[in-house]
Amino acid sequence: MDFDRMRNYLLPCLLFLALGAAWEILAVFSGWSPAVFPGPRLAAKAAWELIANGTLLKHSVASLFRVTVGFYLAVIFALPLGMILGWWKTGQISANALIQFLRPISPLAWIPLAMLWFGIGDKPAIFLIFLSSFFPLLVSTITAVNHINSLYFQVAANFNFTRIEILSKIIFPAILPSILPALRISLGIAWLVVVAAEMIAVKSGLGYLILDSRNALRMDYVMDAMIAIGLIGICLDRVISQLNKIKSVSWGSV
Amino acid sequence: MGHILIQDLTKTYLRRGGVAWQFNSEADPVADDELLVLNHIDLEVYDGELVCVLGPSGCGKTTMVRIIAGFERSTSGNVIIDGNEVTGPSSDNIFVFQHNGLLPWLTVEENVRLGLRHMKDRREQAERVSEYIDIVNLSGFEHQYPHQLSGGMQRRAELARALVVNPEVLFMDEPFAGLDFLTRLKMREEIINMHEYFKKTVIFITHDIDEALVMADRVVVFTDRPATIQLDLALGFPHPRDFMREPDLEALRRDVYVGLGVHYAL
Repeated sequence: MDFDRMRNYLLPCLLFLALGAAWEILAVFSGWSPAVFPGPRLAAKAAWELIANGTLLKHSVASLFRVTVGFYLAVIFALPLGMILGWWKTGQISANALIQFLRPISPLAWIPLAMLWFGIGDKPAIFLIFLSSFFPLLVSTITAVNHINSLYFQVAANFNFTRIEILSKIIFPAILPSILPALRISLGIAWLVVVAAEMIAVKSGLGYLILDSRNALRMDYVMDAMIAIGLIGICLDRVISQLNKIKSVSWGSV
Repeated sequence: MGHILIQDLTKTYLRRGGVAWQFNSEADPVADDELLVLNHIDLEVYDGELVCVLGPSGCGKTTMVRIIAGFERSTSGNVIIDGNEVTGPSSDNIFVFQHNGLLPWLTVEENVRLGLRHMKDRREQAERVSEYIDIVNLSGFEHQYPHQLSGGMQRRAELARALVVNPEVLFMDEPFAGLDFLTRLKMREEIINMHEYFKKTVIFITHDIDEALVMADRVVVFTDRPATIQLDLALGFPHPRDFMREPDLEALRRDVYVGLGVHYAL
């Protein structure tokens, strides 16, 4: 137990401390100007300002809102579509080329069109996040459905399942264990994309904070925003990996 | 009810790329691109019979039962259950699979409830589910997931799931595969008791000769592919059966072994 505790919490914290120490040493001895490479103490002071005046919270909430909406939209569309395409071979074969064509187009390439279509504000950012998560989720869902043990479909046929029941009571629960890692990865991608999206189309969010701070030459703020992005990223990952502990899902890891 | 009539059943598989893809096989007398698996099978199974189908590995036993159960189509010939031609799977004829057919994301109780999910009266449904879980001796394990059970318990849960819908016919395709020897013996006993109690028609596929002779009301022995019926024999011996005390059974056992090409195992 003690070793597990140490391995799970203490050692990761020590690594963070080591990174902080390396940062401090570099800042002190490199001779770079604090304006170009602020050390941790300067960043901490700036962080306190950002927290005290609510700026950091405001921007974090704005970013999280966009990621949440965009990601949920992607899940809502990609999962059912992937389940149907995975099950319906003709549809899958027909759609595959189109999916593989659209998938490698970076969400960032859509920025000009997104701004033109959706204007300025939350909408283009949400659209980009949706795009970034949609295709990985769709492809993972189709693959997961293709790998369902065919025995389960025979059981369903034997007990006279309807099509809807096959989708909801066989396909959906059967793919959950393999969909969770895909959700985790695409949420990570969504969080990557939000920062880029916010640098262009909006006046809030952590991406905007970075861009705005750069324009003001406040590298300490830039670093604080980066740290906030990383910390929120950890939290999002923790939240989504909790889903693995649901009992009707945990069979997949046996 | 539970009468099965099989008329002139034939099944051929297409070979893919010139290689038999369904079975590993040696020389074959049929056309180059086709693999004849079932060769004009006629068989009648009477109401409440426990029929064991024996045959060499890969002879088409499983194919035949899958066709009877409606999972596969025959190339020609008919299967008629209780006067109706089989066109697809139905919950009147439940298949117990060779490997674990329980849905792993459902608990034992939820798995057993599958066939009763349209029942309006929830209380009656719950009573029936727990009654059948009790019959297969799994009381106390209702809320466990299949992966938390032993192999024998998984088969028993699947049996409960099959019996709870009160099917006319039970198909069991080597349901004891992968179980250890002792569990296998106990499962045999449970199936025999279950059969004496419920009197369902059971078609039981196995390649274990002793298993078939100990359990069956009737044994049907297939030849090697293309499968035809080599032996079809009713066994009138009472249960529990003991080879030592039944010289006729012992003689039959010898014949079946020899018929399947084994001379030294005795």
